[in-house]
Amino acid sequence: MLLCCLCKSRESVLNKQHIWLFFFIAVNTVSVNGIWPMPQKISSSIERYCVKPQSFEFQYTNLSVVKPGCSVLDAAFKRYFKLIFPDLLKDPGERQSGYDRPLVKPFTLQVGVSEGDCDGYPSESSRESYRLSVASGQAVLRAETVWGALRGLESFSQLVYQDGYGAHYINKTEIEDFPRFAFRGLLLDTSRHYLPVNVILETLDAMSYTKLNVFHWHIVDDPSFPYQSKFFPDLSNKGAFHPMTHVYTQTDVRRVIEHARLRGIRVVPEFDSPGHTQSWGKGQPDLLTPCYRGPVPSGTFGPVNPTLRSSYTFMAKLFKEVTSVFPDSFLHLGGDEVDFTCWKSNPDVRSFMKQKGFGTDFYKLEALYVENIVNITSALNRTSIVWQDVFDYHEKIPKDAVVEIWKGLPPAYAQELSSITKAGHRALLSAPWYINHIRYGQDWRDSYMVKPLNFSGTEEQKKLVIGGEVCMWGEYVDATNLSPRLWPRACAAAERLWSDEEQTLSTDAALPRLTDFRCRLLRRGIRAEPLDVGYCPHEFQGV
Amino acid sequence: MGFLVKLGILVLVVAVCQAYQDIWDYDGHKLKDTDYLSLWPMPQKVQTSVTAFKLSSSNFQIVHAKQSSAGPGCSLLQTAFRRYFDYIFGYMKKQGFSKEPKKTVGEEVLELQVLITSSDSECDGYPGLKSDESYLLSVDQPSAVLQAPTVWGALRGLETFSQLVYEDAYGSRNINKTAISDFPRFAHRGVLLDTSRHYLPLKVILANLEAMAMNKFNVFHWHIVDDPSFPYVSRTFPDLSQKGAYHPYTHVYTPSDVKMVIEFARMRGIRVIPEFDTPGHTQSWGKSQKDLLTPCYSGATPSGSYGPVNPMLNSTYDFMASFFKEISSVFPDAYVHLGGDEVDFSCWKSNPDITKFMAEQGFGKDYSKLESYYIQRLLDIVSTTNKGYMIWQEVFDNGVKLKQDALITVWKGRQYQEELAKVTGAGYRALLSANWYLNDIAYGQDWKRIYSVEPHNFNGTDEQKKLVIGGEACLWGEYVDATNITPRLWPRASAVSERLWSDASVKDVNKAYVRLVQHRCRMVERGIAAEPLFVGYCPHEYKGNL
Repeated sequence: MLLCCLCKSRESVLNKQHIWLFFFIAVNTVSVNGIWPMPQKISSSIERYCVKPQSFEFQYTNLSVVKPGCSVLDAAFKRYFKLIFPDLLKDPGERQSGYDRPLVKPFTLQVGVSEGDCDGYPSESSRESYRLSVASGQAVLRAETVWGALRGLESFSQLVYQDGYGAHYINKTEIEDFPRFAFRGLLLDTSRHYLPVNVILETLDAMSYTKLNVFHWHIVDDPSFPYQSKFFPDLSNKGAFHPMTHVYTQTDVRRVIEHARLRGIRVVPEFDSPGHTQSWGKGQPDLLTPCYRGPVPSGTFGPVNPTLRSSYTFMAKLFKEVTSVFPDSFLHLGGDEVDFTCWKSNPDVRSFMKQKGFGTDFYKLEALYVENIVNITSALNRTSIVWQDVFDYHEKIPKDAVVEIWKGLPPAYAQELSSITKAGHRALLSAPWYINHIRYGQDWRDSYMVKPLNFSGTEEQKKLVIGGEVCMWGEYVDATNLSPRLWPRACAAAERLWSDEEQTLSTDAALPRLTDFRCRLLRRGIRAEPLDVGYCPHEFQGV
Repeated sequence: MGFLVKLGILVLVVAVCQAYQDIWDYDGHKLKDTDYLSLWPMPQKVQTSVTAFKLSSSNFQIVHAKQSSAGPGCSLLQTAFRRYFDYIFGYMKKQGFSKEPKKTVGEEVLELQVLITSSDSECDGYPGLKSDESYLLSVDQPSAVLQAPTVWGALRGLETFSQLVYEDAYGSRNINKTAISDFPRFAHRGVLLDTSRHYLPLKVILANLEAMAMNKFNVFHWHIVDDPSFPYVSRTFPDLSQKGAYHPYTHVYTPSDVKMVIEFARMRGIRVIPEFDTPGHTQSWGKSQKDLLTPCYSGATPSGSYGPVNPMLNSTYDFMASFFKEISSVFPDAYVHLGGDEVDFSCWKSNPDITKFMAEQGFGKDYSKLESYYIQRLLDIVSTTNKGYMIWQEVFDNGVKLKQDALITVWKGRQYQEELAKVTGAGYRALLSANWYLNDIAYGQDWKRIYSVEPHNFNGTDEQKKLVIGGEACLWGEYVDATNITPRLWPRASAVSERLWSDASVKDVNKAYVRLVQHRCRMVERGIAAEPLFVGYCPHEYKGNL
């Protein structure tokens, strides 16, 4: 069986000794379960087939509803060809030589998609399941949607490995796979430090390698406002670190969204208010609340001014723009960490409070603001995501709002999951995955051991947990250190959100797979840091 | 020279009146932090003024002064001139050279004259522990003058000069009228990189040497081999890397690689001190070198695993003699680091031959005596190669007889002050690396902790303090390789560099922050992926390796 599938070396036909050596390698060192994140069901044998770049082809199956010309899959075939045969990045001319072509039976990957089209965007209801079957001379990948096909292509690419002589192999394998959670996000913060567009694009690449499917773009915050608005250009002209070099133009944003779409990744922007808005105030006079010292304005500003009609007019216009730019049906409204001291100091705010009968309960004022904003976004047909603060402090938020948990240790966030879902809200978990927090050693193990559904609640409640997010806040992170801080640490949460928990309970069992996967990331040009002492055959080549 | 005399008087006046971290202009006005420019590490004495001169890439030149003992034949300086010219004009150069005739707009610095005053410029030599790195720099128009006894001081002064240049809002280069007199507080200012736990590609090492020069570090402590791998290709014992490296071709340092590192470092005034740690931390040596390591026993039979170097066999010492003979010829520095840390006695204890040997030697049950026996013999071997040696503190702690010129590296964090007192009390010279293990990370601005370590902060006489000759920032390799080494090291190691170069009075963390933020952006602009200290931005962000 092995004999028939050996690749012919160019220099010589291999003798028996080598064949046994190959057999030994196949049995002992090649981990055929080396896919990250672990598929739901996988079976494989030591029977393996040679795949050669000269004779490897992607094809659409006859029954597939999407055909050549499918933007998502055509681009994916091109991308995955290079990912499967990384050596060709350096020597793309090899395929043309046709040296072995007549000698080798082609290996085809047949891809069939049963519904949907290629020009839409992935969404919260996109089905990402797929089946992959690898047999002699061909593999078949079946998926309901192109998004599922993308996940399957990723798995296929991870099944291919090289032996010591550089030949590529894939083992006979059957996979049936689907994600455990529909929402598997990663947050980047482009306000505390600006991240150049190519850094964001590279992060999207790495997300697709680990099957993360939502890019939560925390695009603006107190320190800077890099989003270049069509309606309010002064927001970035005055609020960005630099109005020309540290901004995202509309073209940049479109590029990010399209790059993400081609990888089955949703882009959910966050325009956090009423707090975390210092940078907004620079280009939008009267938006923020003037703080007072005694009877006079102190010259500093607080959260968005909730007492002025103009604040809501502005927000309505801004969100109208945002929803026209970002196609995703989710919109993150923030709502965290609102500091009341400035509101308290302002006499106009106090008299407004009196007028509304709020007494001294500033949570009511915040609630009023949030309610207005949520109404704006609902009218724009968007589902709101809010940080847990909004749920914790207010009674009235629309049932369809998604609440994101970011605070506390396991007992605290389990409790929060329980109460959010009990109130009928969908929940996202990010509290245990603030991976901007670093410490010495293998802290990915903590991320990996998180059990998102380990809280008291009914089956119905558990279903309301739609996923989670890895958050990389930007206080100490920019283009210099983002990649090694994200990867492979974010992979731990990626597996927790995709794979079956029962099959992935042990960090010790995960370590060898993750070590392999990290080397694969390096091979693909992602600056993923090491997990422990050791080496990769192809080390990172940059400086 | 008249200017320098006047300058000297000013220096004296200011130095007497003020702590060094405050900068005063010629008229006695204190300048704001932002006027500091962004010198790092802070020179010993600085006068600057608000008088700014222009620098233009088509007019400005770095030249040898007429009286200099170095000239165009000094390739070390020639290369440094070009390097610093590139740093100064890096971003403008890409927009193409201006072909316009030379025109002077306002006052302009047209040249930096570099004057080496000693008769031997040391241009073709290697830097050493006793090298003179002092320099005097005066910036005026039309000529700036950098004066140093040797090329080593000139290199430090060139770095400072390049740090004085700033970009104005129109993108042109400016430099303020300035006078600096500078010298290092400590002679040994090192960075340790570990190429055994993870292999570091050559260009990563070179990039970090480049960054070291930007921070006036002068020792690359190359922890080249250890338990996990042996990447050093030995001419005498090629099997050491053939079998002990992660990969015998892709994960090794060939003789020409090593040569390149040494020469690249020399050109930047950096010494290369290799560490060949024994008798522990030697698992990778054993893969090729039969009988070098002690066979461990489980009960009465060998367990198949190995422990530290076998100290009872003569073959061990024969091997070490030939090996260190090679090392002493490959590495020109007068020092070699012999390790000697963390020797685990359990394997020696399990081995019946060792037990017998212990009895013969009358060591009783005291295995530190056996360790000392080994180290003593090793030190005797290394002494015959005419090298001085550095060792980790355990060797001293265990009472091994050391030569007076031994350098003892204090690395254990908890009681480092007592250890410094003990080592210097015994009359030995000490290096501090405790608290500067930069592989140990924490969330937030831990550079502040690193910055606040004071090497003289221990109980001892002035004589004892003088025996602390420097320190090292150590980046051990368990979790570090080419992917993350640069942002993990920089700018955190910069905190160590200022502590070791600048006056002890330069210790205000808030003032340092303002300068370090700018210094970090400068490193980024020069292509070093130095990570951010906090929220903010650099005018020229890191572009990555696209």
